[in-house]
Amino acid sequence: MSFAYGDTPVLEDVSLAVHAGEFVALVGPNGSGKSTLLRVLLGSLAPSSGRVRLLGQPPERVDRARIGYVPQRPSLDSEVPATVEEIVLSGRLRRSGWWRRPRRADLEYLRHALESVGLAELARVPLGELSGGQQQRAFIARAFATEPDLLLLDEPIAGVDAESQRRFRDSLTHLIEEHGAGVLLVSHELSAVAQDLDRVVVLKRRVLFDGPPGELAAAGVSLGMHPEDLPLWLEELR
Amino acid sequence: MPWPLPYPFELAFMQRALIASVVVGVFAPMIGTFVVQKRMSLIGDGIGHLAFAGVGAGLVAGVWPVWGALGLAVAGALGIEWLRARRAASGDLALALFFYSGIAAGVVLVGLGGGLNAGVLVYLFGQPLTVTDGEIAVIAGLGAAIVLTMLLLRRALFAIITDEEWARVAGLPVRALNAVLAVQIAVAVVAAMRIVGVLLIAAMMVLPVASGQLLARSFAGTMRWSVAIGVGSAVLGLALSRVFGLAPGGTIVLVAAACFVLTALLRRGRFPRFGTGGPA
Repeated sequence: MSFAYGDTPVLEDVSLAVHAGEFVALVGPNGSGKSTLLRVLLGSLAPSSGRVRLLGQPPERVDRARIGYVPQRPSLDSEVPATVEEIVLSGRLRRSGWWRRPRRADLEYLRHALESVGLAELARVPLGELSGGQQQRAFIARAFATEPDLLLLDEPIAGVDAESQRRFRDSLTHLIEEHGAGVLLVSHELSAVAQDLDRVVVLKRRVLFDGPPGELAAAGVSLGMHPEDLPLWLEELR
Repeated sequence: MPWPLPYPFELAFMQRALIASVVVGVFAPMIGTFVVQKRMSLIGDGIGHLAFAGVGAGLVAGVWPVWGALGLAVAGALGIEWLRARRAASGDLALALFFYSGIAAGVVLVGLGGGLNAGVLVYLFGQPLTVTDGEIAVIAGLGAAIVLTMLLLRRALFAIITDEEWARVAGLPVRALNAVLAVQIAVAVVAAMRIVGVLLIAAMMVLPVASGQLLARSFAGTMRWSVAIGVGSAVLGLALSRVFGLAPGGTIVLVAAACFVLTALLRRGRFPRFGTGGPA
């Protein structure tokens, strides 16, 4: 699959697959095309050439209830207060019907999603009173509440505290192991999840590396890296 | 026969005014909760100006001005939403375009229709005291339609106004629901204009919500508080207007404004952090 903005190629011959129960990280320096790739996957951009399939369907046809998405910087600003519970319950809309009242099953999933990210006690607290990491966990819980078969996360651990990173890792491995979901994590900071990854895909306009993290380490690269290290070790890979 | 209510609501015209004002006190803040969260507090004002043009068009065409107002307000609301969704103009400029075209067309049409007489002034400034049974039926009907639609769509609209990008990815019919909300705002403006006037409609959508969001800690709670304050302002404002011989539409809005100032002062006393934006 390729994508270009006008004459400027952003993605060239990118081939990438995420299977059920697989935990894949997509890494690359700023401007490497990560966000563009994600937007193509979500169907907000159409590829210039090639083909995209989500759960066997083109992005515009796929059942959105099966896709979980955690945006990079959620646009939520609390002009009116909204509780963690209200936000996370939005995740049930496609499953339960957006015109219905939440049913008992929806509330079960709500509780489950909140517990898996460690926010059960803060369910009734306005989102605006939470720390950045807690807010990010609330958005992850919203994605979990949809019971996704494929979860897409855009830079979810940037600037998040250690407790939230641990919770984040536990909840992702739970989703993969218990529910058999496929997870694609777009990030340039992987230390929190490095040992749980099945594959790392390194992107810099093209796919430079696609394999288990161990092989990447054998190439002399540690995944417990700092974001600013990335361009350096990417140079080594080429 | 009037119901046996105490002064100042003992007379039949006051009771009709009370019913109409309470209905407005329910639906305006209810829809206002979404409008405020969407940061479109002034949209009610812009659509109010279009409704005024519709009143003029109705006078010229010889139909009931309320139908003219409804037609233009709904068309204008959809136009504003269309511009906003296409990002053809910034929300601010889109509003200004409709706002000024509306008031200008209103002035021209009202002039053609016989000038600023009492029949026009009731829509400009509102006058609940002369509301007829037929008008109450229309206000209550439109109000019921708004309340039912809001109850049915509130979860989906909540998801969209808090995080539109996510809602689109989640597969919600974002464009259609935004259009429905725009139409509801237009209907609310028209249903309320006979009571508080096109110049003050936006106030009844926004002021009770401004107080409600200071008192509540959730979106649902904000909506409940806003409706309670809207109804309270309608009843108290109407009573004060009778007792002191004041213009009722304006008095209702002044009570809602006083309510906000009071809530804000009380809130500031209890919490050093003013507002709801979270830790600064």
